[in-house]
Amino acid sequence: MKSVSYLMVAKSLGPHLLLVVGALVALTADLAFFRQKELAVRRRGVGVITLVALVLGMLALIRQYGWWHPVNLLNGTLVVDQLTVVFAMVIVALTAVTVVISMEHEIGRHVGEYYATMLFAAVGMMVLVTTEDLITIFVALELLSLCLYILTAFHKNWLRSQEAALKYFMFGAVASAFLLFGLSYLYGVTGATNLRAMPAVLTGMNPLVGTGLLFVLVGFGFKVAVVPFHLWAPDAYEGAPTPVTAYIATGSKVASFFVLLKLLFVGLVGAQGTAFWGHFSSGWVMLLAVMATLSMVLGNFVAIVQRNIKRLLAYSSIAHGGYILIGLIAATKMGAAAVLFYVIVYAITNLGAFGVVAALAGKAGGDDVAHFNGMARRAPFLSLLMLIFMLSLAGIPPLGGFFGKFYLFAAAVERDSQNFGLLWLVIVGILTSAVSLYYYLIVLKHIYVHAPAQEDRIATPPSLTFCLGLLALAVVALGVFPQPILTLLSNLLARL
Amino acid sequence: MHVDWTIYVTFIGAGLVMLLPREAKTLVRWVALLTGLVGLAIALRSYFSYNDCVDSLIRKTGSGFWEIKNIAWIPALGARYHLAVDGINFPLIVLNGFVCVTGILFSWNIENRTKEFFAFFLTLIAGVYGVFMAMDLFLLFVFYELAIIPKYFIIAIWGSTRKEYGAMKLVLYSFVGSALVFIGVLAVYVAAGGRTFDILELAKHPVSANLQHWMFPLIFAGFAVLAGMWPFHTWAPTGHVAAPTAASMLLAGVVMKLGSYGCLRAAMLVFPEGLSYWRWCIAGLAVIGIIYGAAVALVQKDFKFIIGYSSVSHMGFVLLGLATLNVIGMSGAVLQMFSHGIVASLLFAVAGRMVYDRTHTRQLDELGGLAKIIPFACVTFVIAGAASMGLPGFSGFVAEIQILAGAFEMNPWLAVGAAVSIPITVAYILNANNKVFMEKDEAGHGHTETAHAHPLPPITVPEKVAGVILMALLVIIGLYPSIMLNMIQKNVALFVGGLR
Repeated sequence: MKSVSYLMVAKSLGPHLLLVVGALVALTADLAFFRQKELAVRRRGVGVITLVALVLGMLALIRQYGWWHPVNLLNGTLVVDQLTVVFAMVIVALTAVTVVISMEHEIGRHVGEYYATMLFAAVGMMVLVTTEDLITIFVALELLSLCLYILTAFHKNWLRSQEAALKYFMFGAVASAFLLFGLSYLYGVTGATNLRAMPAVLTGMNPLVGTGLLFVLVGFGFKVAVVPFHLWAPDAYEGAPTPVTAYIATGSKVASFFVLLKLLFVGLVGAQGTAFWGHFSSGWVMLLAVMATLSMVLGNFVAIVQRNIKRLLAYSSIAHGGYILIGLIAATKMGAAAVLFYVIVYAITNLGAFGVVAALAGKAGGDDVAHFNGMARRAPFLSLLMLIFMLSLAGIPPLGGFFGKFYLFAAAVERDSQNFGLLWLVIVGILTSAVSLYYYLIVLKHIYVHAPAQEDRIATPPSLTFCLGLLALAVVALGVFPQPILTLLSNLLARL
Repeated sequence: MHVDWTIYVTFIGAGLVMLLPREAKTLVRWVALLTGLVGLAIALRSYFSYNDCVDSLIRKTGSGFWEIKNIAWIPALGARYHLAVDGINFPLIVLNGFVCVTGILFSWNIENRTKEFFAFFLTLIAGVYGVFMAMDLFLLFVFYELAIIPKYFIIAIWGSTRKEYGAMKLVLYSFVGSALVFIGVLAVYVAAGGRTFDILELAKHPVSANLQHWMFPLIFAGFAVLAGMWPFHTWAPTGHVAAPTAASMLLAGVVMKLGSYGCLRAAMLVFPEGLSYWRWCIAGLAVIGIIYGAAVALVQKDFKFIIGYSSVSHMGFVLLGLATLNVIGMSGAVLQMFSHGIVASLLFAVAGRMVYDRTHTRQLDELGGLAKIIPFACVTFVIAGAASMGLPGFSGFVAEIQILAGAFEMNPWLAVGAAVSIPITVAYILNANNKVFMEKDEAGHGHTETAHAHPLPPITVPEKVAGVILMALLVIIGLYPSIMLNMIQKNVALFVGGLR
């Protein structure tokens, strides 16, 4: 075994360490200085400390991005290249916006613990994207998940929140068991925990690989909430404090999809299989095709009948998970680029949508769709932002969601351009997204068309308005000028 | 200032309107009107300069296209920002300009959320301008969907009669239509090698015939939904009835033309093989639509429903003309798009603004004797109705006679079938005219007069100005069609020549 340069480890883990330190400082500061203060002051004070930690982490990441060669330490346990750095940046940015949303939202008395847990979750996500080792992947996923279970339960005296957390935890624990079991099979077959070492041994399907694959996909299916492993999502989304919901729906999905992509495209490329119409053969592509179809259909149709906006967004995000799987099923470089592009757009859009809900729900009296009646009169700017986010989710041009979807579908159709083997999946995707426009418009109908219950203006703090405005701007920019991000992603993916 | 500035000016206008304070309603109206006028002026100026140079352009380049912009937009996909105009889309661009200006004039009385209304309205107009100019399938699709969403809000917020239902139905129909288009566009893009969405490039190197056979109907049907082709027309009457005046003018006048234009440009130009395979089917459905729309219009009790179904019937003429694939029939179809755009706008303006906004009813039985009270509305209706029937001297005649001639050349029975609708059209127009404007009881009072204690407000200046503009257009095109037909015919001849 090669000797390890500890300096290199420290430099590679710099951003992660900064966040850990930030979490400890936040805990201590809350305990030492803020405990006697009012809740709002505590939320803001500790929130600012958290933000500082995130900004420092971001600066460290920017420095890492400037390194000229990728780092691979301890046999793939720690991998830092520009692609992982970019995704770590995305995670830090999403966390920062979530913190800004939390600063103005009811999160209970344990303010320090809240922010510290959130930072630990962010560290989990960052480790997840900077590793190519099965064991580290599992450990990072557990760190991330445990933090999210705790965050979900933060509405301490609201039974729904407790129930949601318990449900999330039970499902999560079983899914983790499946995942670990599956990973052990893959290790048994290949004798390696490093993703890069696996393809040399794993060159085709056999019952052992099949079992391992199935269990691994069950585990990941839970993490990214696709049908039939989605049952926890609507309850957890509804019960969790809204900023936490936003975090579960965005940050954790970005990290999970990223690592799933790496696992499938790098490690398990030998067990791919096909899902062409009339020409199926076993492998992860086929399993994903089933999950994608079910997610798109069920997610979109069940979302129609939802009356609670967070549940509606939960089903919508199940459907979006289905769209993203289409890119994985394409199993090409273009598909990978499309998945990463879509995941970024999806995360920005959903974070924005949940942010608007978090900003308005308190004063609107609740988070049912009906509580948002006439919001266009009471909070015109946030309503306009919600319009942008909802239309982007529905895939209306010229917004990011449209281009992301187009790119995903184009990648899938191009996979088998002679026989249009994956066109069936694209048709399902396009037709179900036509269905989805219905429920997104219902939300907008309540906001724009219905008369408000009260006429008073709802004031939102400028910091939050500014952050959400930036997200909306990003959604528009990604739709109108997607080329820079596409170029970046396809350059970085060339080395995958 | 080239004609692409119509798009930018209208978007800027929409943005400006959004920034104005909520209370400054008059200012909002004037800004919107000014935006519309500037757009129209740019469109008209370019129209006439194109008209002057169309012959030399064709001689020099062999195609009638006037390139405006062609720059790379998303190189990763090969999507380009490509705008071009020719004799087929120019009349429609001008039409959009006229409907925009007159639509704003007919919406002068909107007091509820004025600012938002005009912002949505101008966004829709800008999107439509974009569709008519886009020569890249991806860009065309982007503009096309951009035009769908404002319609929902305009109808759902400012509409009447079952507005939320009508709005949702219309938007979902359009969106399902565009989903079909989306599938077709993706398929042809990949089949052509995944490098370009450019319509002219794709037309130059068409994909193989058996691919065309299934891709053509996807794109054609997707656009035909919006053109109101039978049996996908049911959104049109409910949508039109629910919409506020300016929106029904825009829907019937312009948005339905987006559909037929898309059929022509995106489906027929790119898939010549698919076109010749499916043309009989299209012609058959068109004739059914023509007769069906007219017959249903005949038995309607609601003033707006009559016009809504009449639109379905007249759009059938457009589709029939397109399916003929000969110069005379297709030129007629393009002219009919323009002509019907004006006629439908006028009819909806009469039914929605002049009559409904004053009497608050559209039921034929509850109206009557309006000719005496608002004579201007009656005159407008008669002139628009005459153009709708295809009376010589108005634009409708020039257009429909050509379509019938073209259809006759394709198959005489098609022409006979379509011609059956003409007497029916005469019947429902005269019936509506009689019920709404003439009919009086024994005492010599119309229903409306007896029902309203207060005298109805007179026709306002904006209404008169807008009405006169549109009526003048009908007559000008009717008496001097070559002002438009010249460029249409030359470009259609190139198109038809390209098919052989």
